[in-house]
Amino acid sequence: MALKGNLRDFTITQLLNLINLARKTGTLIIEGASESARVSFREGKLAFAEMNSEDNSLATVLYKSNIFTLSQYRTLKARASHMSDKELGLLLINAGYVTRQDVLNTLQNHFIATVNRLFTWVEGIFTFENGTLPPNDKIITRIDLENIIIEGSRRLREWEQLQDEIPNLEMALKFTDRPGANMRKVNLSVQEWKVVSYINPKNSIQQIARATKMNDLEIRRIVYGLLQAGLVDLVRPEGVALPVSKSGPMAEANKEEQKSLINRIIGRIRSL
Amino acid sequence: MQTVKMVVTGPFSAGKTEFIQTVSEIDVVSTEKRISSEAEKIKESTTVAMDFGRITVDENLVLYLFGTPGQKRFDFMWEILSEGMLGFIVMVDSSRPETFREARSILETFRAYAPTPYVVAANKQDQEDSWEIDDMRIALRLDPRIKLLPCIAVDKESVKAVLLELLYSILAEMDAESVKK
Repeated sequence: MALKGNLRDFTITQLLNLINLARKTGTLIIEGASESARVSFREGKLAFAEMNSEDNSLATVLYKSNIFTLSQYRTLKARASHMSDKELGLLLINAGYVTRQDVLNTLQNHFIATVNRLFTWVEGIFTFENGTLPPNDKIITRIDLENIIIEGSRRLREWEQLQDEIPNLEMALKFTDRPGANMRKVNLSVQEWKVVSYINPKNSIQQIARATKMNDLEIRRIVYGLLQAGLVDLVRPEGVALPVSKSGPMAEANKEEQKSLINRIIGRIRSL
Repeated sequence: MQTVKMVVTGPFSAGKTEFIQTVSEIDVVSTEKRISSEAEKIKESTTVAMDFGRITVDENLVLYLFGTPGQKRFDFMWEILSEGMLGFIVMVDSSRPETFREARSILETFRAYAPTPYVVAANKQDQEDSWEIDDMRIALRLDPRIKLLPCIAVDKESVKAVLLELLYSILAEMDAESVKK
């Protein structure tokens, strides 16, 4: 029977554990809320991983890992577009541009990074296709899953903690009014500056994440850091209608009646 | 008969039940249960549904005080309790800094449910190891405009002072809204 299910019921950590313990060979296909991924295993070891929305070709992976410059990458793409990953890898090794170990290490890091991103997916449908491996022209690896599972569990805990801290991404950010808070004296990373440049009570955190191409974990991490540093405060986005209490008597009463009601309560509390 | 409500929220063992008990004219209707989590066994029982206290204002108006359950797994109750409230009080145990982060999180959650006025009560200020109000403000990352009030939940005058400050905040917000319009 095919291994199928929902990530709400069976987490990525549990799936990897199962694949590891059962030494399974096959491909796990995950349809997430906004992305989908394919992760292949051979005898319980990670062999291949890709996000379907991204260019996972060897040339791109090597370029993203700073093995090649942009101009080298462009040349590769232009001249080797017809080559498979295996053919390109052999060509680069034989030409002395990279070593076999460079290629393997880069691909291993890329696959692990791809799987790590999956740990924060809490919604999605998964299917495990027994025996299915990536096409023959792809380079595959053999990476033990134990360390990936441990790192994934750490990330999951961090994710849960960040969700507790920043439960609602529809909230906006504003720079704190606290005297003494001075952005000029603060050292921020490029990613943090990107977020800072969008801080405005009109932009929700979700909108900032979209504009800066960050996932929920990345944006929460940065916002949490800025909150902890006391540089920003969470506010309700400007222009968003406030939810009106449905059952509250205050919703219907007019302003003067409301004030009178509050003053009556004040009088009563004072007399207790 | 008109009824209005205020919600008293905060982390586990912050003193929400005592706060309501101190001013309620009825015995607080409290659904308590023996603590299940080892980590939270600093008291014998906790509120699992809600505390419910009452103050009769006059023959036409009653104020109800609702206390939220402190343990996180009952947070599904919060949204229900927050509906239609006049304002809310976040109780924080001044002597347990390990709960400050959770208090902050609860505060944000309630603000998201309903943008009504609120105050933060720094409870157990009579205890030797309680934090200073100014230090708590920083730890809780409270805006200077938010009232952070010293409180002893078993002391009637102290509880009254917190309730009155919340009511003054509600009045101030009404005035501010009138000016905006």
